[in-house]
Amino acid sequence: MMKIALPPFALSEVEGFRRAERGCFASLSAGLRLRSARTVLLGLALTATPALAQSVTITNATVAIGDGSEPIKGGTVVVSAGKIVAAGAGVAVPAGTKTIDAGGKWVTPGIVSGFSRVGLAEVPAVRETNDTSAGRSPFSAAIDVAPVVNPLANPIAISRTAGITRAVVAPATGSSIFAGQGAVVDLGSDLNPITKARAFQYVEMGEAGSAEAGGSRAAMILTFRMMLRQAQDYAKAPASYDGNSRDALLNRVDAEALAPVVTGAMPLMVHAESARDILAVLALRQEFPALKLILAGATEGWMVANQIAAAKVPVITAGLEDLPSSFEKLAATQSNVGRLVKAGVSVSMGMLTGDDALQLRAATQQAGNMVALAKVPGAAGLSWGQALRTITSAPAEAMGLGDRFGSLRAGRAGDVVLWDGDPLEMTSAPVAVWIDGVQQPLDNRQTRLRDRYATPTEGSLPKAYEW
Amino acid sequence: MNRTGRMLLVAALLAGVAGPVAAKKDKEEAPASQGSSAEPENPYPSTYKPYPGRPTVLRGATIFDGEGGRIDNGIVFLSDGKVTAVGGPDTPIPADVLLIEAQGKYVTPGVIDIHSHLGDYPSPGVDALSDGNEATSPVTPHVWAEHSIWPQDAGFTRALANGGVTSLQILPGSANLFGGRSVTLKNVPARTMQGMKFPGAPQGLKMACGENPKRVYGAKGREPSTRMGNMAVNRQAWIKAREYQKKRAAGKDQTRDLAMETLADVLEGKILVHNHCYRADEMANVIDMSKEFGYKVSTFHHAVESYKIADLLRENGICSAMWGDWYGFKMEAYDGIKENVPLVHRAGACAIVHSDDQDGIQRLNQEAAKALGAGRRMGIDISDEVAWTWLAINPARAMGIADRTGSLKVGKMADVVLWNGNPFSTYTRPEKVWIDGALLYDSYDPKRRGVVDFELGQIGAGDVK
Repeated sequence: MMKIALPPFALSEVEGFRRAERGCFASLSAGLRLRSARTVLLGLALTATPALAQSVTITNATVAIGDGSEPIKGGTVVVSAGKIVAAGAGVAVPAGTKTIDAGGKWVTPGIVSGFSRVGLAEVPAVRETNDTSAGRSPFSAAIDVAPVVNPLANPIAISRTAGITRAVVAPATGSSIFAGQGAVVDLGSDLNPITKARAFQYVEMGEAGSAEAGGSRAAMILTFRMMLRQAQDYAKAPASYDGNSRDALLNRVDAEALAPVVTGAMPLMVHAESARDILAVLALRQEFPALKLILAGATEGWMVANQIAAAKVPVITAGLEDLPSSFEKLAATQSNVGRLVKAGVSVSMGMLTGDDALQLRAATQQAGNMVALAKVPGAAGLSWGQALRTITSAPAEAMGLGDRFGSLRAGRAGDVVLWDGDPLEMTSAPVAVWIDGVQQPLDNRQTRLRDRYATPTEGSLPKAYEW
Repeated sequence: MNRTGRMLLVAALLAGVAGPVAAKKDKEEAPASQGSSAEPENPYPSTYKPYPGRPTVLRGATIFDGEGGRIDNGIVFLSDGKVTAVGGPDTPIPADVLLIEAQGKYVTPGVIDIHSHLGDYPSPGVDALSDGNEATSPVTPHVWAEHSIWPQDAGFTRALANGGVTSLQILPGSANLFGGRSVTLKNVPARTMQGMKFPGAPQGLKMACGENPKRVYGAKGREPSTRMGNMAVNRQAWIKAREYQKKRAAGKDQTRDLAMETLADVLEGKILVHNHCYRADEMANVIDMSKEFGYKVSTFHHAVESYKIADLLRENGICSAMWGDWYGFKMEAYDGIKENVPLVHRAGACAIVHSDDQDGIQRLNQEAAKALGAGRRMGIDISDEVAWTWLAINPARAMGIADRTGSLKVGKMADVVLWNGNPFSTYTRPEKVWIDGALLYDSYDPKRRGVVDFELGQIGAGDVK
């Protein structure tokens, strides 16, 4: 994998980084001297030197694996060749690699956003920058976000600074119940964001799906079934499929895109919120038994938790919804996640309620609040380790990529975050982030604005000259 | 601004045709019956009455008093709806009170949200209940948000139970330059809006800068379609309002005009201006406009760029109501940064954390924590108890209710939250919330979970939320 070399910043609070500055990183990219954080940033857009993932060992850390287990004090994390080698207590420190003494600070796997549209919009309300949906396109299911996820979008850098290292990226519907094919991306500071292209198909199956299907849920279910049957027809005999016939609901490319959904080769992420819509979605397997379903939303999922668990369908939800904000969310409660997990459902959290292109960093807040619920009488919360799992290994597993990233178990991608405090507290922030073992810049245009206006008054030259 | 500068500013305001202070005096001296523009006094009065409470002592908690003070192992005594004692462990505890042991917990004044649309954009968010923007004219100072409020919005109960919100200002939306009058509520369930209305709280005037008015009306092919159009339409309205106000103050005959009544009350300092304004340059224009016409801006809302002009805001005594970390969803929000609140605070200007959101209002403590942490990382060392002013006395002052609530001072309304841990922690929730001394939320008592009419008999009613 090609990565743009980005030397680490000076991080005076961690002794290990000062050692790193003296030499360990110098060999990574010839021609790039180690400089102050501010100077390094100047090179961000200009440098395209391939970087190798470095070997790094973090010792004396509170290590959270991300698999649902509870944090381990005095733990060690070993990363080599871009992968996790080992993490936990009693892990031997390999000789000759850069070692960082975390001084008791927290280390987690990189945070994974279970649902987002990051990289598809720079300023969502500015149409020209927004690639999330295409209402006037003749295409739907065939739309593929992978080629257009913008790794240089500022929300990617802002999310990375907050410890988000991977994200599920979904298109939004425009002219059909099917939105198209989503991707899994990394948020690394390089030009190759794709972890898995065409990772899933996205479909709306609630109030929004009803509207897209012509105005009723009955039409929505029928549209879904007929489209999938036509995709089957296409798969059986592509040459004889007539996408232009009067009965065709899908043109040839959309039919081709849905064919792997019918066979289960491509997961189908279904957005449904109400208990009845969820049951209707699960029932579709009677006709299409191979569907590999992922439920997104599922605000009323707790009401049918046992059915979801029995169907072995993972859920990606917003976690904090507790208002009857629509008629498909009448039974909303923040205890949804805890109740689903208790029923045996694999639950991830993501940006299901807006700000999906920007605020992926809300993940730690969503997870932290699940811990809070464990102390509220009558509420269903999560343990700390379970809560972290909803924003690390659970979304990776929902995408079928649990063996690739999302935890600090051996063999996973070297996506690691070192924090200045408890990662689920809002006062905390990362002090170092690695993606595929490559240390990432923790600077972005927001931090530059912060630095420029640390004093609001102008100096001997206007603010425009302070950069 | 130095002291001389501040004096000059006050002098400039007073030198206006009828500056706020002088005008108020004139109005008081002129009998309300004079002239055909005479207005009825308080036509939609509050009927709020505190619910019964019992004398209660909270012992052993860490207290943030809302004005920046902290007491460890403290004692708070609530009786007759008021805070009757606040102090250290030696504070005498009267006999025959409910004594709540609160060691390891925190006590704060109730959270005050200066920017909410609960009730006028309620749950469920269907068109039939969407009553926040009278988007048919850019100048609608005649509409009152209180006349849109649906008390059966479940959002009020969540703001209480999960957010510890005891008072909140409901504003009209931001489609219009002059959106209408706001209202301040006590966060108690009631059958009518009047039953929630904060007795004696001044109304506000919602104004809006920037993208929304020019987009909404530009799309209709009418003024304003630009930022200069925004300013021009504003100024024309203020010119008209000054004429109306002069005639009214003089008791001269004129037909009552609801829009002009609102603006005249602003010019006389009776209604507080709450101006939605993202960009620093636009805030500066509004400050100049307020001086041109002799009124005062209480607070810039959604002020994501306040950090760029924190000095100007301090000099003009204007508060900034801000989010913890929202940014970038629209062009004028592009420069939002997490350090906005602490930078404004450090400059000596008034900083407030607001929600503008049915979900955000349930976690204003966490939004403040984001800002607090970001500030500390850049070396702005603000203590927890001082940061609590962003949710308590600062919004109370900006809303004109600081003499009655917004801090734990003897004689103030007993609007109090007992938190089950440090309220800046994600792991903390309200355990109990009192409004005027009445226990209206208790996490240990399922019967003290509000269930509004809309929810009653529906799935999920009475569930822990």
